[in-house]
Amino acid sequence: MQNEYDIIVVGAGPAGTMAARFAAEMGVSVLVLEKDRDVGYPVRCGEAVSKAGIEEFIDSDPKFIASVINKFSFIAPDDTEIIIPLEEEGYVLERRIFDYELAKSASEAGAGFLTRAYVNGLLFDNGRVSGVKFEHQGEQKSLTAKIVIAADGVESRVGRWAGLKTHIDFRDMESAVQITAAGINDINNDTCYFYFGKEYAPEGYFWVFPKGNHSANIGLGVGGNIGKKKSALSFLNDFMRKKYPQASVLTTIAGGVPCTPTLNKIVAPGIMLVGDAARQVNPLSGGGIASGMIGGSIAGTVAAESIKQHKPDYILEYEKKWHDRLGKRHLIFNRIKEGIYNFSDEKFNDIAHAVSKVPVENRSIGKVFKTALFNKPSLLVDVAKVFLF
Amino acid sequence: MIEILPDKCDFCGCCVGICPEDAIELKEAEIKIIEQLCTNCSKCVWSCPIEVLKFNRNGAKNNLNAK
Repeated sequence: MQNEYDIIVVGAGPAGTMAARFAAEMGVSVLVLEKDRDVGYPVRCGEAVSKAGIEEFIDSDPKFIASVINKFSFIAPDDTEIIIPLEEEGYVLERRIFDYELAKSASEAGAGFLTRAYVNGLLFDNGRVSGVKFEHQGEQKSLTAKIVIAADGVESRVGRWAGLKTHIDFRDMESAVQITAAGINDINNDTCYFYFGKEYAPEGYFWVFPKGNHSANIGLGVGGNIGKKKSALSFLNDFMRKKYPQASVLTTIAGGVPCTPTLNKIVAPGIMLVGDAARQVNPLSGGGIASGMIGGSIAGTVAAESIKQHKPDYILEYEKKWHDRLGKRHLIFNRIKEGIYNFSDEKFNDIAHAVSKVPVENRSIGKVFKTALFNKPSLLVDVAKVFLF
Repeated sequence: MIEILPDKCDFCGCCVGICPEDAIELKEAEIKIIEQLCTNCSKCVWSCPIEVLKFNRNGAKNNLNAK
Protein backbone atom coordinates (compact mmCIF):
# COMPACT_ATOMS: atom_id res chain seq x y z
CA MET A 1 0.00 0.00 0.00
CA GLN A 2 1.27 3.45 -0.90
CA ASN A 3 1.03 6.47 1.41
CA GLU A 4 -0.80 8.52 -1.13
CA TYR A 5 -3.20 7.90 -3.97
CA ASP A 6 -4.71 10.01 -6.68
CA ILE A 7 -8.16 8.83 -5.60
CA ILE A 8 -9.46 7.16 -2.45
CA VAL A 9 -12.94 5.67 -2.65
CA VAL A 10 -14.79 5.07 0.63
CA GLY A 11 -17.15 2.10 0.26
CA ALA A 12 -17.05 -0.94 -2.04
CA GLY A 13 -20.67 -1.16 -3.16
CA PRO A 14 -21.62 -0.84 -6.84
CA ALA A 15 -21.23 2.97 -6.89
CA GLY A 16 -17.82 2.92 -5.21
CA THR A 17 -16.40 0.08 -7.27
CA MET A 18 -17.55 1.66 -10.53
CA ALA A 19 -16.02 4.99 -9.54
CA ALA A 20 -12.80 3.10 -8.83
CA ARG A 21 -12.89 1.14 -12.08
CA PHE A 22 -13.61 4.08 -14.36
CA ALA A 23 -10.88 6.16 -12.71
CA ALA A 24 -8.32 3.33 -12.72
CA GLU A 25 -9.01 2.65 -16.38
CA MET A 26 -7.77 6.17 -17.09
CA GLY A 27 -4.44 5.40 -15.45
CA VAL A 28 -4.68 7.17 -12.09
CA SER A 29 -3.94 5.39 -8.79
CA VAL A 30 -7.02 4.32 -6.85
CA LEU A 31 -7.62 2.63 -3.47
CA VAL A 32 -11.03 1.50 -2.22
CA LEU A 33 -11.56 1.33 1.57
CA GLU A 34 -14.39 -0.92 2.76
CA LYS A 35 -15.50 -0.95 6.40
CA ASP A 36 -16.88 -4.48 6.37
CA ARG A 37 -14.82 -7.61 6.22
CA ASP A 38 -16.24 -8.69 2.87
CA VAL A 39 -17.02 -6.86 -0.32
CA GLY A 40 -20.69 -7.52 -1.10
CA TYR A 41 -21.72 -8.68 2.34
CA PRO A 42 -23.96 -8.12 4.23
CA VAL A 43 -26.44 -7.55 1.41
CA ARG A 44 -28.94 -4.77 2.06
CA CYS A 45 -31.02 -4.83 -1.07
CA GLY A 46 -34.13 -6.23 -2.76
CA GLU A 47 -31.71 -7.22 -5.55
CA ALA A 48 -34.03 -6.48 -8.48
CA VAL A 49 -32.51 -4.61 -11.41
CA SER A 50 -33.09 -4.20 -15.14
CA LYS A 51 -30.87 -6.20 -17.46
CA ALA A 52 -29.90 -3.04 -19.36
CA GLY A 53 -29.05 -1.34 -16.06
CA ILE A 54 -26.30 -3.81 -15.26
CA GLU A 55 -25.15 -4.65 -18.78
CA GLU A 56 -23.90 -1.12 -19.19
CA PHE A 57 -21.22 -2.19 -16.70
CA ILE A 58 -20.87 -5.96 -16.61
CA ASP A 59 -21.89 -8.89 -18.80
CA SER A 60 -24.81 -10.91 -17.49
CA ASP A 61 -23.52 -14.02 -15.79
CA PRO A 62 -25.67 -16.85 -14.38
CA LYS A 63 -23.50 -16.97 -11.27
CA PHE A 64 -24.95 -13.67 -9.99
CA ILE A 65 -28.46 -14.01 -11.43
CA ALA A 66 -30.95 -15.74 -9.14
CA SER A 67 -33.87 -15.34 -11.52
CA VAL A 68 -34.75 -13.73 -14.83
CA ILE A 69 -37.82 -11.51 -14.64
CA ASN A 70 -40.19 -10.79 -17.51
CA LYS A 71 -43.42 -9.94 -15.69
CA PHE A 72 -44.54 -7.64 -12.92
CA SER A 73 -47.55 -8.44 -10.81
CA PHE A 74 -49.27 -5.55 -9.05
CA ILE A 75 -51.62 -6.53 -6.26
CA ALA A 76 -54.21 -3.99 -5.20
CA PRO A 77 -55.53 -3.68 -1.64
CA ASP A 78 -58.66 -5.68 -2.57
CA ASP A 79 -56.40 -8.52 -3.90
CA THR A 80 -57.04 -7.72 -7.57
CA GLU A 81 -53.90 -8.84 -9.33
CA ILE A 82 -52.75 -7.34 -12.59
CA ILE A 83 -49.93 -8.95 -14.54
CA ILE A 84 -47.79 -6.72 -16.73
CA PRO A 85 -45.42 -8.27 -19.27
CA LEU A 86 -42.12 -6.35 -19.30
CA GLU A 87 -40.77 -4.91 -22.53
CA GLU A 88 -37.30 -5.34 -21.14
CA GLU A 89 -35.98 -8.23 -19.01
CA GLY A 90 -34.94 -7.80 -15.43
CA TYR A 91 -33.02 -9.83 -12.90
CA VAL A 92 -33.12 -10.67 -9.25
CA LEU A 93 -29.43 -10.71 -8.41
CA GLU A 94 -27.23 -12.48 -5.93
CA ARG A 95 -25.74 -9.20 -4.75
CA ARG A 96 -23.10 -10.95 -2.71
CA ILE A 97 -21.60 -12.40 -5.86
CA PHE A 98 -22.51 -9.49 -8.10
CA ASP A 99 -20.69 -6.92 -5.94
CA TYR A 100 -17.70 -9.21 -5.79
CA GLU A 101 -17.56 -9.44 -9.58
CA LEU A 102 -17.80 -5.66 -9.87
CA ALA A 103 -14.94 -5.29 -7.40
CA LYS A 104 -12.88 -7.80 -9.38
CA SER A 105 -13.43 -5.79 -12.54
CA ALA A 106 -12.26 -2.63 -10.75
CA SER A 107 -9.25 -4.52 -9.46
CA GLU A 108 -8.41 -5.73 -12.95
CA ALA A 109 -8.49 -2.11 -14.09
CA GLY A 110 -5.84 -1.37 -11.46
CA ALA A 111 -7.76 -0.28 -8.35
CA GLY A 112 -6.59 -1.54 -4.95
CA PHE A 113 -8.90 -2.70 -2.17
CA LEU A 114 -8.61 -2.73 1.60
CA THR A 115 -11.39 -4.29 3.70
CA ARG A 116 -12.11 -3.76 7.40
CA ALA A 117 -10.88 -0.22 6.88
CA TYR A 118 -13.22 2.06 8.79
CA VAL A 119 -12.90 5.68 7.66
CA ASN A 120 -13.47 7.96 10.65
CA GLY A 121 -12.30 11.37 9.49
CA LEU A 122 -10.93 13.46 6.66
CA LEU A 123 -7.65 15.26 6.14
CA PHE A 124 -7.80 18.85 4.96
CA ASP A 125 -5.29 21.11 3.29
CA ASN A 126 -6.30 24.77 3.07
CA GLY A 127 -9.98 23.92 3.31
CA ARG A 128 -9.69 21.25 0.65
CA VAL A 129 -10.20 17.55 1.39
CA SER A 130 -6.77 15.96 1.03
CA GLY A 131 -7.19 12.43 2.36
CA VAL A 132 -8.82 10.16 4.92
CA LYS A 133 -8.23 8.97 8.47
CA PHE A 134 -9.18 5.36 9.09
CA GLU A 135 -8.95 2.50 11.50
CA HIS A 136 -7.55 -0.78 10.26
CA GLN A 137 -6.76 -3.82 12.40
CA GLY A 138 -6.85 -1.75 15.57
CA GLU A 139 -4.52 0.94 14.29
CA GLN A 140 -5.39 4.53 13.43
CA LYS A 141 -3.94 5.45 10.04
CA SER A 142 -4.21 8.10 7.37
CA LEU A 143 -3.70 8.33 3.63
CA THR A 144 -3.52 11.37 1.40
CA ALA A 145 -5.38 11.65 -1.90
CA LYS A 146 -6.01 14.31 -4.50
CA ILE A 147 -9.69 13.38 -4.52
CA VAL A 148 -11.84 11.41 -2.07
CA ILE A 149 -14.95 9.74 -3.49
CA ALA A 150 -17.51 9.02 -0.76
CA ALA A 151 -19.53 5.93 -1.62
CA ASP A 152 -20.33 5.18 1.99
CA GLY A 153 -24.00 4.44 1.56
CA VAL A 154 -27.17 5.59 3.20
CA GLU A 155 -25.37 6.29 6.47
CA SER A 156 -22.84 8.56 4.72
CA ARG A 157 -20.90 10.65 7.17
CA VAL A 158 -17.89 11.36 4.95
CA GLY A 159 -19.81 14.05 3.08
CA ARG A 160 -20.88 15.67 6.35
CA TRP A 161 -17.28 15.96 7.49
CA ALA A 162 -16.58 17.90 4.30
CA GLY A 163 -19.45 20.27 5.05
CA LEU A 164 -21.99 18.78 2.63
CA LYS A 165 -25.48 18.48 4.02
CA THR A 166 -26.24 14.78 3.60
CA HIS A 167 -28.69 13.84 6.33
CA ILE A 168 -32.18 13.33 5.02
CA ASP A 169 -35.57 14.05 6.51
CA PHE A 170 -36.95 11.03 8.32
CA ARG A 171 -40.12 11.26 6.23
CA ASP A 172 -38.11 10.75 3.02
CA MET A 173 -36.21 7.74 4.30
CA GLU A 174 -37.98 4.50 3.48
CA SER A 175 -37.41 2.24 6.45
CA ALA A 176 -37.10 -1.17 4.94
CA VAL A 177 -36.92 -4.72 6.18
CA GLN A 178 -36.59 -7.86 4.12
CA ILE A 179 -36.36 -11.56 4.66
CA THR A 180 -35.12 -14.19 2.30
CA ALA A 181 -37.53 -17.04 2.83
CA ALA A 182 -37.82 -20.59 1.54
CA GLY A 183 -41.05 -22.52 1.11
CA ILE A 184 -42.71 -19.78 -0.96
CA ASN A 185 -44.52 -22.13 -3.29
CA ASP A 186 -47.14 -20.00 -5.02
CA ILE A 187 -44.90 -17.63 -6.95
CA ASN A 188 -43.57 -17.72 -10.50
CA ASN A 189 -39.85 -17.46 -10.89
CA ASP A 190 -40.18 -14.97 -13.74
CA THR A 191 -42.38 -12.49 -11.87
CA CYS A 192 -41.73 -9.72 -9.37
CA TYR A 193 -44.74 -9.07 -7.13
CA PHE A 194 -45.67 -5.66 -5.71
CA TYR A 195 -48.38 -5.16 -3.12
CA PHE A 196 -49.93 -1.75 -2.54
CA GLY A 197 -52.18 -0.28 0.10
CA LYS A 198 -52.52 0.64 3.75
CA GLU A 199 -52.43 -2.90 5.03
CA TYR A 200 -49.23 -3.87 3.22
CA ALA A 201 -47.04 -0.77 3.08
CA PRO A 202 -48.57 2.70 3.32
CA GLU A 203 -46.48 5.34 1.51
CA GLY A 204 -44.34 2.63 0.04
CA TYR A 205 -44.76 -0.83 -1.40
CA PHE A 206 -44.39 -4.43 -0.38
CA TRP A 207 -42.34 -6.72 -2.61
CA VAL A 208 -41.89 -10.42 -3.26
CA PHE A 209 -38.96 -11.05 -5.60
CA PRO A 210 -38.29 -14.69 -6.56
CA LYS A 211 -34.82 -16.11 -5.98
CA GLY A 212 -35.34 -19.61 -7.37
CA ASN A 213 -36.09 -22.93 -5.65
CA HIS A 214 -39.26 -21.58 -4.04
CA SER A 215 -37.34 -18.90 -2.20
CA ALA A 216 -37.86 -15.15 -2.40
CA ASN A 217 -36.83 -11.78 -1.08
CA ILE A 218 -39.89 -10.55 0.79
CA GLY A 219 -39.86 -7.05 2.19
CA LEU A 220 -41.23 -3.57 2.31
CA GLY A 221 -40.36 0.04 2.83
CA VAL A 222 -42.42 2.65 4.62
CA GLY A 223 -41.82 6.37 5.05
CA GLY A 224 -40.83 7.73 8.45
CA ASN A 225 -44.27 9.16 9.11
CA ILE A 226 -45.67 5.63 8.96
CA GLY A 227 -42.76 4.01 10.78
CA LYS A 228 -43.42 6.37 13.68
CA LYS A 229 -46.71 4.55 14.27
CA LYS A 230 -45.91 1.05 13.06
CA SER A 231 -42.48 -0.33 12.18
CA ALA A 232 -41.58 -1.96 8.88
CA LEU A 233 -40.87 -5.16 10.82
CA SER A 234 -44.37 -5.20 12.21
CA PHE A 235 -45.87 -4.88 8.69
CA LEU A 236 -43.64 -7.73 7.52
CA ASN A 237 -44.65 -10.00 10.39
CA ASP A 238 -48.33 -9.34 9.67
CA PHE A 239 -47.85 -10.22 5.99
CA MET A 240 -45.97 -13.44 6.72
CA ARG A 241 -48.53 -14.59 9.30
CA LYS A 242 -51.29 -14.04 6.78
CA LYS A 243 -49.66 -15.23 3.53
CA TYR A 244 -46.81 -17.61 4.38
CA PRO A 245 -47.10 -18.86 7.96
CA GLN A 246 -45.11 -22.00 7.06
CA ALA A 247 -42.15 -20.29 5.37
CA SER A 248 -38.61 -20.72 6.66
CA VAL A 249 -36.83 -17.43 7.14
CA LEU A 250 -33.22 -17.75 5.98
CA THR A 251 -32.09 -14.15 6.43
CA THR A 252 -33.51 -10.95 7.86
CA ILE A 253 -32.03 -7.59 6.93
CA ALA A 254 -32.94 -4.02 7.72
CA GLY A 255 -32.05 -0.92 5.79
CA GLY A 256 -32.86 2.67 4.93
CA VAL A 257 -33.60 3.69 1.36
CA PRO A 258 -33.18 7.41 0.73
CA CYS A 259 -36.16 8.08 -1.57
CA THR A 260 -35.45 11.69 -2.47
CA PRO A 261 -34.04 13.61 -5.37
CA THR A 262 -30.23 13.79 -5.45
CA LEU A 263 -28.60 16.13 -2.92
CA ASN A 264 -28.18 19.68 -4.18
CA LYS A 265 -24.44 19.55 -3.66
CA ILE A 266 -22.55 16.33 -4.31
CA VAL A 267 -19.15 17.92 -4.81
CA ALA A 268 -16.93 20.04 -2.55
CA PRO A 269 -13.23 20.85 -2.95
CA GLY A 270 -11.41 17.51 -3.09
CA ILE A 271 -14.49 15.34 -2.52
CA MET A 272 -17.32 13.78 -4.55
CA LEU A 273 -20.36 11.81 -3.35
CA VAL A 274 -21.78 8.84 -5.27
CA GLY A 275 -24.57 6.26 -4.92
CA ASP A 276 -26.78 6.21 -1.83
CA ALA A 277 -24.42 8.69 -0.16
CA ALA A 278 -25.34 11.24 -2.86
CA ARG A 279 -28.99 10.11 -2.72
CA GLN A 280 -28.84 8.83 -6.30
CA VAL A 281 -31.54 6.20 -5.67
CA ASN A 282 -34.53 6.28 -8.01
CA PRO A 283 -37.01 7.89 -5.60
CA LEU A 284 -40.04 6.20 -7.15
CA SER A 285 -38.83 2.59 -7.17
CA GLY A 286 -36.21 2.83 -4.45
CA GLY A 287 -33.83 1.08 -6.84
CA GLY A 288 -30.24 2.18 -6.52
CA ILE A 289 -27.99 -0.44 -8.13
CA ALA A 290 -28.00 0.84 -11.71
CA SER A 291 -28.24 4.52 -10.79
CA GLY A 292 -25.44 4.15 -8.27
CA MET A 293 -23.20 2.54 -10.88
CA ILE A 294 -23.99 5.37 -13.30
CA GLY A 295 -23.21 7.99 -10.64
CA GLY A 296 -20.00 6.18 -9.72
CA SER A 297 -18.84 5.82 -13.31
CA ILE A 298 -19.39 9.52 -14.04
CA ALA A 299 -17.62 10.56 -10.85
CA GLY A 300 -14.68 8.22 -11.47
CA THR A 301 -14.21 9.49 -15.01
CA VAL A 302 -14.47 13.16 -14.05
CA ALA A 303 -12.11 12.68 -11.10
CA ALA A 304 -9.46 11.02 -13.27
CA GLU A 305 -9.77 13.75 -15.90
CA SER A 306 -9.40 16.41 -13.24
CA ILE A 307 -6.20 14.80 -11.97
CA LYS A 308 -4.70 14.21 -15.39
CA GLN A 309 -5.42 17.77 -16.49
CA HIS A 310 -4.24 19.23 -13.15
CA LYS A 311 -7.55 21.06 -12.87
CA PRO A 312 -8.92 20.44 -9.36
CA ASP A 313 -12.06 22.48 -10.02
CA TYR A 314 -13.02 20.28 -12.95
CA ILE A 315 -14.72 17.86 -10.49
CA LEU A 316 -17.62 20.34 -10.34
CA GLU A 317 -18.56 19.08 -13.81
CA TYR A 318 -19.72 15.84 -12.17
CA GLU A 319 -22.82 17.54 -10.75
CA LYS A 320 -23.94 18.73 -14.16
CA LYS A 321 -23.17 15.45 -15.89
CA TRP A 322 -25.10 13.49 -13.25
CA HIS A 323 -28.01 15.87 -13.43
CA ASP A 324 -28.20 15.59 -17.21
CA ARG A 325 -27.94 11.80 -17.18
CA LEU A 326 -30.36 10.95 -14.34
CA GLY A 327 -30.72 13.69 -11.74
CA LYS A 328 -33.41 15.54 -13.69
CA ARG A 329 -35.41 12.37 -14.21
CA HIS A 330 -35.23 11.62 -10.50
CA LEU A 331 -36.80 15.01 -9.75
CA ILE A 332 -39.77 13.99 -11.88
CA PHE A 333 -39.89 10.47 -10.39
CA ASN A 334 -39.99 12.07 -6.98
CA ARG A 335 -43.03 14.17 -7.88
CA ILE A 336 -44.78 11.08 -9.26
CA LYS A 337 -43.94 9.21 -6.05
CA GLU A 338 -45.44 11.95 -3.93
CA GLY A 339 -48.61 11.78 -6.01
CA ILE A 340 -48.95 8.00 -5.97
CA TYR A 341 -48.01 7.45 -2.33
CA ASN A 342 -50.96 9.53 -1.26
CA PHE A 343 -53.44 7.38 -3.20
CA SER A 344 -56.14 5.81 -1.09
CA ASP A 345 -56.78 2.07 -1.16
CA GLU A 346 -59.93 2.75 -3.22
CA LYS A 347 -57.84 4.54 -5.81
CA PHE A 348 -55.39 1.64 -6.09
CA ASN A 349 -58.36 -0.71 -6.48
CA ASP A 350 -59.91 1.49 -9.20
CA ILE A 351 -56.63 1.52 -11.12
CA ALA A 352 -56.29 -2.27 -10.89
CA HIS A 353 -59.87 -2.74 -12.10
CA ALA A 354 -59.31 -0.37 -15.03
CA VAL A 355 -56.06 -2.06 -16.09
CA SER A 356 -57.53 -5.55 -15.72
CA LYS A 357 -59.92 -4.70 -18.58
CA VAL A 358 -56.94 -4.22 -20.91
CA PRO A 359 -55.87 -7.54 -22.55
CA VAL A 360 -52.60 -8.78 -21.01
CA GLU A 361 -50.72 -8.53 -24.30
CA ASN A 362 -51.56 -4.82 -24.53
CA ARG A 363 -50.44 -3.95 -21.03
CA SER A 364 -47.25 -2.12 -20.22
CA ILE A 365 -45.80 -0.28 -17.24
CA GLY A 366 -46.45 2.96 -19.11
CA LYS A 367 -50.15 2.05 -19.47
CA VAL A 368 -50.46 1.31 -15.76
CA PHE A 369 -49.00 4.69 -14.97
CA LYS A 370 -51.27 6.41 -17.42
CA THR A 371 -54.26 4.71 -15.83
CA ALA A 372 -52.97 5.72 -12.41
CA LEU A 373 -52.66 9.25 -13.55
CA PHE A 374 -56.22 9.67 -14.69
CA ASN A 375 -56.78 9.67 -10.95
CA LYS A 376 -54.30 12.49 -10.54
CA PRO A 377 -54.28 14.56 -13.73
CA SER A 378 -51.75 17.08 -12.46
CA LEU A 379 -49.15 14.31 -12.63
CA LEU A 380 -49.73 13.64 -16.31
CA VAL A 381 -47.33 16.35 -17.33
CA ASP A 382 -44.61 14.77 -15.22
CA VAL A 383 -45.23 11.36 -16.68
CA ALA A 384 -45.18 12.74 -20.19
CA LYS A 385 -41.74 14.15 -19.43
CA VAL A 386 -40.43 10.77 -18.27
CA PHE A 387 -41.59 8.99 -21.39
CA LEU A 388 -40.62 11.73 -23.83
CA PHE A 389 -37.12 12.58 -22.62
CA MET B 1 -32.45 9.49 26.37
CA ILE B 2 -32.24 7.38 23.25
CA GLU B 3 -31.21 3.81 23.87
CA ILE B 4 -30.00 1.24 21.34
CA LEU B 5 -30.83 -2.40 21.97
CA PRO B 6 -27.57 -3.85 20.66
CA ASP B 7 -28.71 -7.45 20.47
CA LYS B 8 -31.50 -6.51 18.06
CA CYS B 9 -29.49 -4.13 15.86
CA ASP B 10 -28.73 -5.09 12.24
CA PHE B 11 -26.23 -2.21 11.81
CA CYS B 12 -28.02 -1.00 8.68
CA GLY B 13 -27.29 2.70 9.07
CA CYS B 14 -30.82 3.98 8.52
CA CYS B 15 -30.68 5.97 11.79
CA VAL B 16 -27.25 7.37 10.93
CA GLY B 17 -28.55 8.73 7.63
CA ILE B 18 -31.39 10.49 9.40
CA CYS B 19 -29.68 11.84 12.52
CA PRO B 20 -29.62 15.63 12.09
CA GLU B 21 -26.82 15.98 14.66
CA ASP B 22 -24.47 13.30 13.34
CA ALA B 23 -24.73 11.76 16.80
CA ILE B 24 -24.69 8.07 15.83
CA GLU B 25 -21.52 6.20 15.03
CA LEU B 26 -21.60 2.90 13.14
CA LYS B 27 -18.77 0.49 12.42
CA GLU B 28 -19.04 -3.02 11.04
CA ALA B 29 -21.10 -4.46 13.89
CA GLU B 30 -20.75 -1.76 16.49
CA ILE B 31 -23.04 1.19 17.02
CA LYS B 32 -23.21 3.96 19.58
CA ILE B 33 -24.92 7.23 20.30
CA ILE B 34 -22.62 10.14 20.99
CA GLU B 35 -24.46 11.49 24.01
CA GLN B 36 -22.90 14.94 23.87
CA LEU B 37 -24.39 15.49 20.40
CA CYS B 38 -27.76 13.75 20.80
CA THR B 39 -30.72 16.11 21.30
CA ASN B 40 -33.25 13.30 21.93
CA CYS B 41 -35.23 14.36 18.85
CA SER B 42 -36.32 10.70 18.42
CA LYS B 43 -36.22 10.70 14.62
CA CYS B 44 -33.96 7.64 14.75
CA VAL B 45 -36.54 5.85 16.89
CA TRP B 46 -39.27 6.52 14.31
CA SER B 47 -37.16 5.47 11.36
CA CYS B 48 -35.64 2.25 12.68
CA PRO B 49 -37.14 -0.55 10.56
CA ILE B 50 -36.78 -3.18 13.27
CA GLU B 51 -37.52 -1.35 16.54
CA VAL B 52 -33.98 -1.31 17.88
CA LEU B 53 -33.99 2.25 19.16
CA LYS B 54 -36.07 3.26 22.16
CA PHE B 55 -36.73 6.54 23.89
CA ASN B 56 -35.99 5.92 27.53
CA ARG B 57 -37.49 8.54 29.85
CA ASN B 58 -35.34 7.50 32.79
CA GLY B 59 -32.09 7.71 30.89
CA ALA B 60 -30.14 4.81 29.46
CA LYS B 61 -28.44 2.90 32.22
CA ASN B 62 -26.80 0.23 30.11
CA ASN B 63 -23.65 0.58 28.13
CA LEU B 64 -24.78 1.81 24.71
CA ASN B 65 -21.93 0.24 22.83
CA ALA B 66 -22.89 -2.88 20.97
CA LYS B 67 -20.18 -5.28 20.08
